[in-house]
Order: sequence, then C-alpha cells, then structure tokens
Amino acid sequence: MLQGIPITHVLIVSSFMFFTGVCGFIIRRNMITILMSIELILNAVNINLVVFNKYLFPDQLQGHFFALFVVGIAAAEASVAIALIINIYRRLNSISVDKVNEMKY
Amino acid sequence: MNYSLTILILLIPFATFLFNGLVGMKFKPIVSGLIGTIGLGVITLLAYLTAWQYFFVDGMVGGSFPKVIAMSMEWLRLTDALRIQIGILLDPISVMMLVVITTVSFMVHIYSLGYMKGEKGFERFFSFLSLFSFSMLGLVIATNIFQMYIFWELVGVSSFLLIGFYYSKDSAVAASKKAFIVTRFADLGFLIGILLLSYFTQTFDFKVLTGTDQSIFAQTAGVSFLGMSVMTWAALLIFMGGAGKSAMFPLHIWLPDAMEGPTPVSALIHAATMVVAGVFLVARMFPVFYFQAPDALTVISYVGGFTSLFAAAIACTQYDIKRVLAFSTLSQIGYMMLALGVSGYGGHEGVGYMASMFHLFNHAMFKALLFLGAGSIIHAVHSNVMQDMGGLRKYLPITHITFLIACLTIAGVPFLSAFFSKDEILVAAYEHNKLLFAVEFLVAGLTAFYMFRLYFNIFWGKETHYHHTPHESPKTMTIPLMILALGSVFAGYIPFSKLVTSDSMPFESHMDFGIAIPSVLIGLTGILIAWILYKKESKIPERISKSLGGFYQAVYHKFYIDEVYMFITKKIIFNCIARPVAWFDRHIVDGTMNGIGWITVTSSRNIKGMQSGNLPQYGMVFVLSAIILVLIFSFLI
Amino acid sequence: MALNVLMFYLLSAVIVICSVLTITTTRILRAAFYLLCVLVATAGYYFMVNYQFMAGVQLVLYAGGIVVLIIFSILLTSHISHKFAKPEAMRLVMGILVGLSGFALSTIAILKFTFTPSNAPAMKVDMQAIGTQLLGTGKNGYALPFEVISILLLAAMIGAIIIAKKGK
Repeated sequence: MLQGIPITHVLIVSSFMFFTGVCGFIIRRNMITILMSIELILNAVNINLVVFNKYLFPDQLQGHFFALFVVGIAAAEASVAIALIINIYRRLNSISVDKVNEMKY
Repeated sequence: MNYSLTILILLIPFATFLFNGLVGMKFKPIVSGLIGTIGLGVITLLAYLTAWQYFFVDGMVGGSFPKVIAMSMEWLRLTDALRIQIGILLDPISVMMLVVITTVSFMVHIYSLGYMKGEKGFERFFSFLSLFSFSMLGLVIATNIFQMYIFWELVGVSSFLLIGFYYSKDSAVAASKKAFIVTRFADLGFLIGILLLSYFTQTFDFKVLTGTDQSIFAQTAGVSFLGMSVMTWAALLIFMGGAGKSAMFPLHIWLPDAMEGPTPVSALIHAATMVVAGVFLVARMFPVFYFQAPDALTVISYVGGFTSLFAAAIACTQYDIKRVLAFSTLSQIGYMMLALGVSGYGGHEGVGYMASMFHLFNHAMFKALLFLGAGSIIHAVHSNVMQDMGGLRKYLPITHITFLIACLTIAGVPFLSAFFSKDEILVAAYEHNKLLFAVEFLVAGLTAFYMFRLYFNIFWGKETHYHHTPHESPKTMTIPLMILALGSVFAGYIPFSKLVTSDSMPFESHMDFGIAIPSVLIGLTGILIAWILYKKESKIPERISKSLGGFYQAVYHKFYIDEVYMFITKKIIFNCIARPVAWFDRHIVDGTMNGIGWITVTSSRNIKGMQSGNLPQYGMVFVLSAIILVLIFSFLI
Repeated sequence: MALNVLMFYLLSAVIVICSVLTITTTRILRAAFYLLCVLVATAGYYFMVNYQFMAGVQLVLYAGGIVVLIIFSILLTSHISHKFAKPEAMRLVMGILVGLSGFALSTIAILKFTFTPSNAPAMKVDMQAIGTQLLGTGKNGYALPFEVISILLLAAMIGAIIIAKKGK
C-alpha cells in the first residue's frame, strides 16, 4: 500500500472499529454478540500493531509477532468463552447477559 | 500442730457441688443426695477435730487463744503494701462458726433426704446446698476482709438460688429477686466500707486490723466527712453490709419473703447460718469498731434493739408459721447485734461479745430445730398456715416433743441453752444502757408469748379435721430433730467465757440472779398468757385484736414497711431515676447504635447497585473512566 | 488514483459498514456473517502490507476458526429466526455516547500527532525469517512467548472441554 495512503487513515479506520466493538459490548445483551464485539476490538488492535510495524519500523517484526500472539490468545479466549456460554445456556436456558448476575448478592 | 486438713473443709463441699451440679442428673437422685450428705458428714467430723485440736490440744498461748493462719497464698497484688491473700484463719469465733455451720448443715442434709424426696431437681438442691456450705465456710475462715467479701457474695448467690428453688412459682422468683437485690444493695455499702478502710490502713488482713497495733489507723486521724470521722463511716458502711445479710431494720424486708424457699433451706440459711453472717462480721471486726468507731457500735446496738422489738411485735400477729419463725429470727439476731453493740473489750467488760457469740451458737441449734420441726409439720399437713392446724400432738409425737423443747429454749426457760446466753446479753445490756435493757426485757416476754402462741395453735387448740390423717415424718427427718433438740438443751453448758471472748482471753462469768429471775418470770408470763389464750379454742384473741384496732392492723401488715419500700421504688425511683435512664438508654444509646446500623444498611443498599454483576455496565464504566483519564492526562496536565 | 489506494478505501468501507452492522443487526447469524466480512477485509489489509503469513493466519484462525466456532455456538443456543429485542434506550444512548466520544478522542489524538515514517529498507518477510525469529532465542527471538502461548492454548483447550462437558 504505502504510496498515497497516509497512516492516519488506517488508524482512524481501526479506531472506528475499536469503538464500534466497545459500543456493541455495551448495548448488546446476547453474550455471543458481546463475544463478537470483543473480537472486533482485538482485530482493531491487531491492525494497529501491524500498521505501526509496517510504517514506522519496516526493518523489524515486533508488531507482526505481537499481532500473531494476539490472534492466538483470541482463539483461546473465544474457545473458553464459548464453552462458558454453552454451560450457562444449559443451566439458565438463556444467554442474556442480564441473567448471569446470580452471584451478585 | 498444723491444720493442713482444714483445707479439705473447703474443698469437699466444693467438689460435691461440682459433682452434683455437673453430673448429678446422670445418676439416681438418691446418689447425689448421699454424696452431698456424706461429704458434709466428713467435713463435720473434720470441723470437730479442728475445734478439739484448737481449743483443747493446742490451747492457749500466753494466756489467750492465738490467731492461727492455717494456710495462706497470695492471690492479687495491688501494690507492694496492699495485697490480697486467700487463706484460712483459725481463731475462736471462726472455729466456733465451723462447728455451727457443719453441724446444722449436716442435720439439714440428712433431713432433706427425707423432706425433698421425690422433688424435681433433687440433685440441683443438693448441689446448691453444697455450694452454700462451701461459701459459708469460706466466709468464716477468711483471713482478710476481701476474701470474706468474695465468699459473702457467693453466699448471697447460693441463697438466691435456693430461695428461687421452685422457680416455676412466681412468688418464689419474686422473693429470690427481692432477697438478692436488697442484700446486693447492702453489699454496695460493705464494699465502699472495705475500700475506705483499706485505703486508710493499707491492709485487708484481719490479723493486722484486729491486732494490738493501733498505729495503722494513724492516717485516719482528723479525716472526717459530714461531721463523722472516716473510721465511723467505714464501720457504718461495713455494718450496712452486715445489716443487709442479717436482715436488720430497715433492710429486713427480704427475710420473711425468703421463706418461699424449701423449709430445710430456711432452716440452714435463713435461720442458722447465713443471716448471722452480719453478726459474725461485726464480731470479726470488733476491735476496729470498739477502738476506732465507738459511735458505730452505739448505732449497731440501737438498730439491734429496735429490730428485735419490732420483729417480735410482728411475730405475734402472723399466721404463716414459717413467717412467725422468720420474724423470730430477726428478733433474735437483733439480740445478738445489740449484745455486740453494748459490749466492751477485754475481760468481763467484753461479756456482750461473748454473750452474742454464745447466743449465736445456741440460736443456730434451736432455730434450725424449730424450722425443721415446722418443715415436718408442713410435710404432714401440706399447709403453712396456723388456722389449718390444731391438735397435732397426737399425730406427730416426735415433732411435738422436739418443737416444745425448742420453744422452751427460745423462751428462756432455766437450764436450757438460751437461758444462759440470753441472761448474759441482758447483763451486758443492763451494765451499758438501761433503755436497751428494758427493750430486751420486754422482747424476752414477747418471744415467749409468740412462740407459745405458735406452739399451742399447732399442737393444741381446736380439733381440726384433716383430709387424710397426718403421720409422723420418716426417720431421716426425725433423727436430725432429736439431735438438734439435744443440742439446744445442752449447748448452754459449753463454757463460752473460757473459749470465745472479745480478746481471746478467758474470764469468769457468773449468773446474775438479779436479772435472771425477772427475765425468767417475764418469759413464764408470756407462756402463761399464750396458754390462756390459745390452749383451748377461744374468742378472746380475736376480741383483743379487735380492741387494738388500727395498731393491730399496722403490726399485722408489718408496719407497712414493704409498702413504703414499694412506694419509694415504684413511685420515686422508677419515675425520677429509672424512667430518664431508660429513656436515655433507649433513645440516645440505642439510637446511636441503630443510627450507625441504619446508615450502614442504607448506604450499602444504595451502593449495591454498582456491584450489579451486569457486564455491559462494567465495560461502560471502564471505558468511560479510561476516556476521562486520557482527557485528564492529555489536557489538564 | 492508484489501484492499491482504491483497494484500501474499498476495504475500509467494508470494515466500517460491516462492523457497524455487526452490532446493529437484529439477527444473530447475520451478525456473525458481518463479523466474517470485517475479518476478511482485515486480512486484505495484511495482504496489502505484504504480511502474507499474518493474513493467512487471520483467514484461517479468525475467519475459519473463531467465526465457525461462534456460528456453532449460535446454532447450539439460539433459534436462527430469533430476533433481538431492541436494547433499552438508556443503554443505547450510553453505548453510543461512549463509542462516539472515544472515537472522537482517538481521532483527535491521531490527527494531532505527527508520525514520521521510517525510510529504512523494508525487511523481507518470508516464512524463513518468521520461523527463525519465532523460534529464536537470541536478539529478536520469540521462543519464550511462543512456548507460553502454546501452553496457554493447551490450557484453554482443556478448560473449554471441562467447562462445556455435560454433567459430571
């Protein structure tokens, strides 16, 4: 890319994606949708890492590797989260996040 | 010779108390009864051995009986000079009290085996009796006034427990509370007196306080409060404690009510032993009273004299036989107090002291006998009231004879024990104060009258028809009666003036026929009047009481002292002190606590919403705070 | 306009539109589909910066793995025809407020900051370079994070099995 594409544009797109994820995290009640919002957030971070690497330090690979690790952690997080969601669904017969406050008091 | 075994006199009743109280209910009731009785029998034997050893084997040292510290150990050290010991002090009066207490207590234990048979709480009763015996024995052998105070309170507690033995009966509960509160109130004075005394003399020890060295009182010279020297105050306050336990006017109100307890308890605690603790206290501190606070002794003599007259008058009008005996006890303790009050110190001057102890000894025997006899009668008739009785001499021969002996003794009939002691008291009063002598002389007649009114009403008088024929009590009850009867006949022949005297030195006492003969005559007159009025059923007593009118009513209602107390407590103390205090407690103290609780609850209820467990909300708060932090760090700093 | 610039804005449009749709659509399966579009477009970004390995991982793990996992769980827990209830107004307003203010803040920050692109020669990112660095232990070596992440993945796998297991 590079020629003609300023870094700020990429960053604006990724931050838009990030805050869309935050917004979804707040307004949604379905736990799977919340999980998707989290994926959006992680993805936005990944874009940032990769783009910083490419634009600012093209002779190194730190950003690249960090993005790689984030993907790995996201996979682990998603698998545990989905296991939890299935278990909760089995017990409460619902995956609404409002119902999962049984241990509140 | 050492007296190391005397410690057992304390330990055995304590052990039986623990055993009966903790595991007694696991066995058959008779087991705890027997254990208590045998324990008491053993310490009675030990007490007799100690007395024999003290008076006759070791005897006098340098012309007087020494004060032997059989055991002593330090318990509390307040300052280097002021420390509290726990120990055993043996001197003539404590040894005498050991004999009295163990004898009467042993008799009462045996008697209770029969009397309390089949009662609910049999082992509880025996456990309390053991507790009482333990604390009373601890009281008399105390080496210092503080140890005495501890056992003094223990005695009060066991008395409270035993009066309230039938705790399902409202009147018994009320009576036990009354006894406890009144004596506690008096003990407050006692405690203040102890503190005053120990503050100025820097010692609690009886041996030092009553010794010949008067320099310990040097600090009290010139200190006075409200016109009385500080030692007079201390002595009067200590006497207040004694007056509470011994039910002297005006703190006597609890004793008649205390008759709600089982009759053996009345015999042991409220006739023979605990109520004379006040007399014992004054006797124990006698040198302090005599040398440092003679004014207090005068007060004691007048209180004693007034109480004896007052109680004797009331006793003439009561119908409940146990109450008659209770007022008679008051009257006799008044005698003892008066004798102490008029006594001098040393030699024949101290005849009042000797007479008081002598009378205490005799009184324990015959009053225990009277109460146990009354218990036997109540056991047979199932009633406390004289009107339900009459003509019982045919049914209860042994009780009848022993009761008659006790009545004759208390009336002062010659050659029975009380004759000697009463005579000595009258001699002491005559030598010291003619007015008090006249009062006591009158009381001697009254005593004879009301005792024989009781006797004739129970055993002679009208022929009453009983639902079921009364029968003589079992052997366990009659044998103690017979033993105590022997005691009340022959106790008078113990040469007290050789053994128990104010300065522990023997002196020669002699019969003063100028006083003995009139006192016997007035006693016989009292008996004669009672004979005429009550031997056969007649209308005369009723007419006499009618003609006396208001005065009779006042006496019958115990001079309305109880009503006065009720007025003072209910109307004045409750309204003026208790209500504001209760209001303060309820609104200020409780209000503060409730306010704190309310604030906590309310704030937590409001904060609770933040810990919602609502994930989106957490996320929102998190991001918002992050944004705010970024704003703060980038634009403000 | 160069083709790659056009390509970039196309991908950006897909990302922006699809991420908004992901959180606004009322059908959950569609949300998963829009998420897939976002992830694939992101992989396009990676291709554009010549990080082919990264783009491949993005496609295989994210688009292929996680999205499929999500779709499975959707099928297990929801009816496809199920529509979301409208979010409550308060929450909606707060969410949009937070999103917009955060976005505004970060955009301002991005625009104010002057990035200085490096002129250093670009590193050739082929499989050999990645493999050497990922398992290297010297400078620029990532062996330790690599091992840690593999243990984490193993633990997550076992944990997920235990948690999702039925009954005892």
